[in-house]
Amino acid sequence: MDFTDEQLERYSRHIILKNVGVEGQEKICRGRVLIIGAGGLGSPAALYLAAAGVGVIGLVDGDVVDRTNLQRQVIHFTPDLGLPKVESAAAKIRRLNPDVRVHTYHTLALAHNIAGLIKDYDFIIDATDNFPAKFLINDACVLGGKPFSHGGILRFDGQAMTYVPGAACYRCVFTAPPPKDLVPTCAQAGVLGAVAGMLGAIQAAEALKYLTGIGEMLTNRLLIFDALAMNFRTVKMRRNANCPLCGREPRITGLADEARPVCDLKNAKH
Amino acid sequence: MNIIINGQAENIAGENLSVAKLLALKNVEAPDMVSVQLGGEFVPRADFETAKLKENDTVDFLYFMGGGGGGGL
Ligand SMILES: [Zn+2]
Repeated sequence: MDFTDEQLERYSRHIILKNVGVEGQEKICRGRVLIIGAGGLGSPAALYLAAAGVGVIGLVDGDVVDRTNLQRQVIHFTPDLGLPKVESAAAKIRRLNPDVRVHTYHTLALAHNIAGLIKDYDFIIDATDNFPAKFLINDACVLGGKPFSHGGILRFDGQAMTYVPGAACYRCVFTAPPPKDLVPTCAQAGVLGAVAGMLGAIQAAEALKYLTGIGEMLTNRLLIFDALAMNFRTVKMRRNANCPLCGREPRITGLADEARPVCDLKNAKH
Repeated sequence: MNIIINGQAENIAGENLSVAKLLALKNVEAPDMVSVQLGGEFVPRADFETAKLKENDTVDFLYFMGGGGGGGL
């Protein structure tokens, strides 16, 4: 890959990093990252990956931009209300960095399409907002041998872990989705917008480390942070022999959809 | 009994303490929303009553975090 003078200038702050250099930037520019969910986590992740010059960014989201999104989903602007999120996000990425090719998939990731969605990408970012999607992404990535970043946020807290083949998976930690009646509803929960930004940036950093092969991935560790105390810690973990997906006696050998929560804040009764 | 809970050294009164009892003592309202790692091994949810803590154990409560924002995290 021959960089133009403009590209050398654009990526100069990466290139001067000892661990990245021209070779690392070339790896980023050849990299393909799929972001599932173009919301609170997907927005910052997409912006940083676009700025970094990731060669192909795929965006999967079935929603349109809603006014309640604008408090944290920083890739969408007020004039984008009503647009498909993938289109709104793709337009910003193209303006930020014309080097990046953007592929948009205006759909939910479901059991019947997820294997096809992830197959052409090097790294997947789970930026979804619900457990059925998180478990589906985990299962598809483990069965398909694809590395991915899990991210979850709630109120002022966030968590992240990275899976690469051979490492502990999301089901090693969280065997199955929690009982639906215990999952906070939209009206009960909420999230500080900047917390979503913190976590999306962590996920983007994991993708860039994976593409360049530098540092230690957040594998076999769960990063947990509490933004109110501004306290971060990582909990070490190992693959779980009882994991229903990657344990000694796997019970899950294929992909299935679980019922999704209905989340419509406008109609929520307070 | 001295144990390390979520990275903090704590002294918990009582012997023969189960994971379920510890969750109750620590005011974890919804044990179904937490995954428990004891001494580096995940405790199956069905074993919360029978799995016991001992002196110097390390225990971590890992909470489910999915959405919250709704409408796309
Ligand atoms: Zn597993």
